[in-house]
Amino acid sequence: MTRNVVITGVGAVTPLGVGARTLHERWSAGQSGIEDGFGRASEFEPKEHLSTKEVRRSDRFTQLALAAAREALEDAGWDGDPPYDPDRAASVIGTGIGGIGTLEANHILLRDEGADRISPLSIPLLMANAASGVIAMKHDLRGQSFGTVSACAAGAHAIGMAERIIRYGDADAVVTGGSEAAITPLATAAFRRMDALSDSGISRPFDRRRDGFVMGEGAGILVLEEEKAARERGARILGYIRGYASTSDAHHLTAPEPSGRGAAKAMELALKDAGISAEDVLYVNAHGTSTPLNDRSETNAIKAALGEELAAGMPISSTKSAIGHLLGAAGAVEAIATLLALRDRIAPPTLNYEEPDEGLDLDYVPNEARPLPNGDARAIGLSNAFGFGGHNAVLCLEAS
Amino acid sequence: MAATATREEIEGRVSEALEEFGAEPGSVNPDATFESLDVDSLDLVELAQIVEDEYGVQLKGEDMEGVATVSQAVDLVMSKLG
Repeated sequence: MTRNVVITGVGAVTPLGVGARTLHERWSAGQSGIEDGFGRASEFEPKEHLSTKEVRRSDRFTQLALAAAREALEDAGWDGDPPYDPDRAASVIGTGIGGIGTLEANHILLRDEGADRISPLSIPLLMANAASGVIAMKHDLRGQSFGTVSACAAGAHAIGMAERIIRYGDADAVVTGGSEAAITPLATAAFRRMDALSDSGISRPFDRRRDGFVMGEGAGILVLEEEKAARERGARILGYIRGYASTSDAHHLTAPEPSGRGAAKAMELALKDAGISAEDVLYVNAHGTSTPLNDRSETNAIKAALGEELAAGMPISSTKSAIGHLLGAAGAVEAIATLLALRDRIAPPTLNYEEPDEGLDLDYVPNEARPLPNGDARAIGLSNAFGFGGHNAVLCLEAS
Repeated sequence: MAATATREEIEGRVSEALEEFGAEPGSVNPDATFESLDVDSLDLVELAQIVEDEYGVQLKGEDMEGVATVSQAVDLVMSKLG
């Protein structure tokens, strides 16, 4: 028997504010959360969302995840404990780097004051699986709990794993997504040293003048449930995870394979997994980092996966134009942005797009949101996420 | 300083630390158990570090075994101070 996976709740903390709908509304209105070359979650005040103990016991990346999880669970109508046997509820949360802020602060203590001065909480705060463990503890999720680590594809990998866990029958509900808080001195300097960051501080995916990504922080969390179980408990269904696929470029530690071969394969396999043909896709939420290499190879990948003709007519936009690159949170935040866009049948815009680049000739929905075709067509979209290491993860979503 | 710390001072500092850890202000009193204050083993390692900073006494894991209330923790620090 087929087990379909539905999305019943979403939550997000991003540079555009606290709240998944806030992200959707502000991005669709063309607002940017980037200031002074960074996409900080500046409206997020941990103590407004978490207890004193929770704040002390968590790195910022876990704090962001906890706040987004609370929103998602309230959105799903979970009141306290899971509306399932806790053994059948799981937690899978991705991150690119984990608690690097904690790591850096304690390394300074180690260097300047000695080994006895570092916090006994260092390891439990900095470990990359902290968010999944803490969310499982807080919400009594006793099934599988683990983190996914695949750089900027981690959030999408987490959702893909969560979808598989439900579809395979290991759980009936999974709290899943991604989180990142890496706007720290070391991470910022390191990305800058490898020439990945934008010198201009402007995120302008697919534009000829793009010069690197803008670092962002935040979290996106979704509540996934098995469709039949969700309907039995009377849940409101926001949409479906219809398909998921993941591939590897097997090409280079950081650079995407120029033809987009691996990314295209992931898009094709996600559609195949969903049992959906490329003709039925209304919208593509691109990885769209604003780096010279990604945006070119991703354009090639979209053409290869959908075919030149379909690709030419496809609205494609990058959430990163409005919030920067949320690294391990990006795939999850952007999956949420995709779902809410599909629900409103709108293609939010790629901001700062003014000058076309040679060969980057698709419809990137420049600067203003646009309605998607209305009517009886199913609202189906793809959300792309690619990461250093050559990881490609693609989700096929359908709004209900 | 170690030589001049009174029981009241130590109790005050321990209580302050427990509130920093997240215990409800007002619920911390000498008879309160760590369990009731939601103070766990990780908090006690931090408490030991604070006590060492303030009073120069080292509390090891085995010293903390059986210490279940605020007053027992203060007793332990007092005994180490001699």
